[in-house]
Amino acid sequence: MMEAKLLLPDVEEENGAPFWAGAARDELLVQACGACGNWRFPPRPMCPHCRSVETKWERASGNAKVWGFVVPHPPLLPAYAELAPYNVIVVELDEDPTIRMVGNLLASPDGALNEIDPSTIEIGEPVRVVFQKVDDVTLPRWVRA
Amino acid sequence: MAKAFLQDKVAIAGIGQTSFGKGIEDSELSLGCQAISMALDECGIAPSEVDGTASFTMELNREVDIARNVGFGDVTFFSQVGYGGGAGCGTILHAAMAVATGQCRVAVAWRARKRAAKASRPWSQVPARLDDHWMWSRPFGLLRPVDEVAMLTRRYMHEYGATRDHLANVAIAFRKHANRNPNATMREKTLSREQYMEARWISEPLCLFDNCLETDGALAAVLVPAERAKDLPTKPVYVHSAAQGIPPQHQTMINYFNEDPLLGPSWAAAGQLWGGSEFKPDDVKVAQIYDAFSPLVPLSLEGYGFCGRGEGAEFTNDGALEWPNGRLPTNTAGGGMSEAYVHGFNLVLEGVRQMRGTSTSQVENADSCLVTSGEGVPTSALLLRN
Ligand SMILES: [Zn+2]
Repeated sequence: MMEAKLLLPDVEEENGAPFWAGAARDELLVQACGACGNWRFPPRPMCPHCRSVETKWERASGNAKVWGFVVPHPPLLPAYAELAPYNVIVVELDEDPTIRMVGNLLASPDGALNEIDPSTIEIGEPVRVVFQKVDDVTLPRWVRA
Repeated sequence: MAKAFLQDKVAIAGIGQTSFGKGIEDSELSLGCQAISMALDECGIAPSEVDGTASFTMELNREVDIARNVGFGDVTFFSQVGYGGGAGCGTILHAAMAVATGQCRVAVAWRARKRAAKASRPWSQVPARLDDHWMWSRPFGLLRPVDEVAMLTRRYMHEYGATRDHLANVAIAFRKHANRNPNATMREKTLSREQYMEARWISEPLCLFDNCLETDGALAAVLVPAERAKDLPTKPVYVHSAAQGIPPQHQTMINYFNEDPLLGPSWAAAGQLWGGSEFKPDDVKVAQIYDAFSPLVPLSLEGYGFCGRGEGAEFTNDGALEWPNGRLPTNTAGGGMSEAYVHGFNLVLEGVRQMRGTSTSQVENADSCLVTSGEGVPTSALLLRN
């Protein structure tokens, strides 16, 4: 549905593949240590708490809070410049606030990156995950909860 | 307490730099060779004596090409330091360690860069698909270093009450110093608080004047054992202490994925830096602090212990960073924001000038100078003394 030539992740990259596969099913998955159970993000092979390489994936509620946000203006890559100014947010997950993800705050689940008035975004405001398909990739983004 | 191994064992004996500008015709290789050549000539050392090199992993000039042009002899130590703007002081550290341990006798460290070249702005290139750590940030439009630092800045403002006025303090101080430096890109352009406040946004909360310049140019330094430096025509500037730093769970530029993202690489480097030093932050009267973006300055002031955590913004008030009367005149040649942005290597050379007594904004009676490299990336820092 969306903009052409946005930068997209390689959804087959070995560490992140389960995350992107989850997103494609509208599930926000977080990597968890198979031994000690701690969550970690972005995904990587070894748990820094216990050095286990056993991994499992757990579904997060998708409830989070805004940790920070920026509003980029040009010069930007063309696909992003068309949308600018837009917002980029970092959210912290309710289950574990040290698990943070970069995303965008949308007015509606199929909205664009530039529909929210940036002056209304507040650090700490509650958001929930939504999923948007861009080409063959599904990206987690966020709406106000 | 035992003296740290590296302390004052090695001196920066020669410095050289090309002019700074945009669209300089000379190639990056030519610029690098010219800067190194000038640094050698300044201290009267023949190129054939150079047996050690250190530069950035992002440096496009290879050691072999520099050596073939400038005419080095047998090179027995060559090192590259990673993480872009975090590398500058690290190259001096690596060179100094190599000289101090006898792996080489004359080392050159340098950075040559044509910022206008597309290859020097990695964010501007569109790869097919992102398969490294950028896959977790760039698809969402967090594209450029300024966006990544703006995110930390927003959080810093939220947690500690820092404001744009504090960031303006930084930009204005450095511009005033550039206005006194005939080599500075911004020597003719003054900057008022009104201009700062009205400037266009680049990535809110950062505006145009929170960003460094884009510069073509090259700089180099020559390092030799302290005993030899005493016999050379230049005034020796000693590497008193040096450190690199990566804090736990750090990710370069997008350092959002740990318990405390505002506790950056400066904190990690500071312990080693001051641990190897006879000076403490209170003794230091002048600093060159990496300023690709203005908020890196308050963060670094905190990390290196010039004030408490969260107090870096407040520290910049009352002209604290300004020559001649500020508590800590900083980036006294104009820094990356107003002199030139050559990945912070110009900060090293200004530190040397302060210790020689030849800065255009010379701080009286300064007997040590802090130089730092990028905050927000794996970093490095130096304490120079005269
Ligand atoms: Zn574990």
